Amino acid sequence: MCLAIPGKLIELTTENGLKMGIIDVNGSKTRACLEYVPDIKVGQYTIVHAGFALKIIDEEEAAESLKLWQELIESGAFQPDDELPLPGSV
Amino acid sequence: MPTPMRYIDEYRDPGLARKLLDEIRRKATRRWTIMEICGGQTHSILRNGLDQLLPESIELVHGPGCPVCVTPLESIERALAIAAREEVIFTSFGDMLRVPGNAKDLFMVRSTGGDVRIVFSPLDALQIARDNPSKEVVFFAVGFETTAPANAMAVWQAAREGRENFSVLVSQVMVPPAMRTILSSPGNRVQGFLAAGHVCAVMGYEEYEPVAREFHVPIVPTGFEPVDLLAGILKTVELLEEGRAEVVNRYGRVVSREGNPVAREIMAKVFEVIDRPWRGIGMIPDSGLGLREAFARFDAEKKFHVSNICARESPLCMSGSVLQGMLKPDGCPAFAKECTPAHPLGATMVSSEGACAAYYNYHTTVS
Amino acid sequence: MTIAPTCPTPIMQHETVQMAHGAGGRLSQVLMQRVFMPHLSNAFLDLLDDQAKLDLPSGRTAFTTDTYVVSPVFFPGGNIGELAVNGTVNDLAVGGARPLYLSAGFVLEEGLLLAELETIVRSMAEAARRAGVMIVTGDTKVVGKGQCDKIFINTSGIGVIREGVNLSCRNLKAGDSIILSGTVGDHGMAIMTSREGLSFQSRITSDCAALNGMIASMLDEQPCAIHAMRDPTRGGVAATLNELASSSSVGIEITEKTIPVKPDVRGACELLGIDPLHVANEGKLVVAVAADNAREALDLIRSFDLGRDAVIIGSVVDDHPGMVVMRTLYGSRRIIDLPLGEQLPRIC
Repeated sequence: MCLAIPGKLIELTTENGLKMGIIDVNGSKTRACLEYVPDIKVGQYTIVHAGFALKIIDEEEAAESLKLWQELIESGAFQPDDELPLPGSV
Repeated sequence: MPTPMRYIDEYRDPGLARKLLDEIRRKATRRWTIMEICGGQTHSILRNGLDQLLPESIELVHGPGCPVCVTPLESIERALAIAAREEVIFTSFGDMLRVPGNAKDLFMVRSTGGDVRIVFSPLDALQIARDNPSKEVVFFAVGFETTAPANAMAVWQAAREGRENFSVLVSQVMVPPAMRTILSSPGNRVQGFLAAGHVCAVMGYEEYEPVAREFHVPIVPTGFEPVDLLAGILKTVELLEEGRAEVVNRYGRVVSREGNPVAREIMAKVFEVIDRPWRGIGMIPDSGLGLREAFARFDAEKKFHVSNICARESPLCMSGSVLQGMLKPDGCPAFAKECTPAHPLGATMVSSEGACAAYYNYHTTVS
Repeated sequence: MTIAPTCPTPIMQHETVQMAHGAGGRLSQVLMQRVFMPHLSNAFLDLLDDQAKLDLPSGRTAFTTDTYVVSPVFFPGGNIGELAVNGTVNDLAVGGARPLYLSAGFVLEEGLLLAELETIVRSMAEAARRAGVMIVTGDTKVVGKGQCDKIFINTSGIGVIREGVNLSCRNLKAGDSIILSGTVGDHGMAIMTSREGLSFQSRITSDCAALNGMIASMLDEQPCAIHAMRDPTRGGVAATLNELASSSSVGIEITEKTIPVKPDVRGACELLGIDPLHVANEGKLVVAVAADNAREALDLIRSFDLGRDAVIIGSVVDDHPGMVVMRTLYGSRRIIDLPLGEQLPRIC
């Protein structure tokens, strides 16, 4: 239901008394309201929904879980080059 | 090779996705029916064809988590009535413009002279109110808990500025009451849930713990990328296989148990919990948010006296059963016949994340 | 005693377009001499006749028309004027024609800044020069404030198709390779992100460009191997592929991982929930070419600046006639349907 995309805070601003910022999403820059992430610092990633930063991305957690998944890949007998069986008739 | 998009591309890794699919295949010893609550997840599952790649033992049913789909017809009719007024600039997320009322949608109101504008943020609607002091600017405040803080902030800020030419038409709904409704229904087939990651970003997952206990279902908050979704499905399957009715978070980079307390605080100051009808499902007690008395002057329903507008659904549309996971979109007799994205009978065919539209757009079975 | 009535002389110097600029009188001439002729002047237009009299080289004549309305009128990477020239040049070129002559019809909104109009006309002249075409006839009308959005431009074009070239969207054959000449979605996202009210700060640049030079080289090298070309404008690559598949009653299969998208375009598409395959391009080409010649065609396209990111995105198949199917990153398949209409930013 809710499209929220990760982006990097590159600049802090204020508009009409609200804490705002410029978020870089892969080179596209958008304005977002930062009132709900008061502790955010420039350089941190946040997810943006409807022009609002909703949560600072937990970088440590992300790195940790990716590492776990990577281990899963390496542990398995799975061959990454295997083609998956093709889905039914197209 | 372009630079990867951080926190997106890692979670679109085909190798990782295959490994997770393999694990799901290995872990599932019997049939399981899992509902992804969120329409954004439905969209991602079908867009990436994950449903085709899962073992046959895993059935995904698509939940009601699409604000476009569950906003009741009378709210749409009220929006259309307000948008048609001469003094009004009606603002909305792009999602709502094609949602049909009984006879028209917001595009048609625009074509007959209504000033209807698309905004990306509710604060953009407020800016339009600042720029047009002689106009009444109305924002269609739809959404689940993810969008509620944004909508709340627009109202909060309007109150702070004393902006009297701004109001909101609220159709805010919440996930847990809908889950309870689905689980309590006699026809329920859902055995486990993927909880909507971005709702949980705001609300946390604490409130799902009683649901898991009470109905004995595992609930796994997860994200929207293929690896997130597959990791969520894998965890749900593991919990189901082990008979554990627990909430286990699989979206740790964004979701914590307590969610975002700052956002919830403003939400609670602006909104209160109310009963709310869901399109296709009906009234669900305590499932919606309405403006508190202190913000009543920003309530577009009151300002424009449209509370009395009622509406009736097409009798052919079975979106209620689709939204509750009892019927697959292509099981509806009207699917792709009387009902298509160009001529939708119900909202599930309108929203690109509505289950019916997603089936229509992405489904690979060619007759 | 004599009375010498002295009426005030009408103002002849304006900063904005007046209704009288389109009324055919003195002010119309002023507009012509001050704004249009300095930039567009050529042997045909200078005659100021109501029509251009043309001698066309031998061969079949291609004739096309298109009307340009775009908001905002000025966008990163171009403006409505060069869009109107390049668009019509491309519509001729993708049919295998060498574009020669264009007409330009203007609908101006009362109050449009003459300086803006001049910028637009100047870029039309430059675009025409770059594409090697002449604007040989034209017309201007002015409508009241609010009756159009600053400026609408219609351009029609005439070109000549060389011997032996037969491009048609009905010519696709199973086995053909589908080449895409570069990144998708640049123009549409440049427009969308420069509209007000969408909170964007970025400057995604439109890909607006004339393709006739590149196309002429391709037809010189491989006149028979190229079966069809289209410029994927409104509706994007998705719409173009669907049109090709349906016109030729063939299926098209493409591979998701081959589709090139610029990073910032991708970022904006993710943020707004828009599929880049549905977004308009104004300087890209979709080519169906016989499989044996595909590599050579690709190399040739890549030798042009406009085609340096070209890739083979898929092929034509006998299966599922009329449908476009994409192999996803994960090996699954999904149908690429025609987009429904205007692309809308969404939150869900």
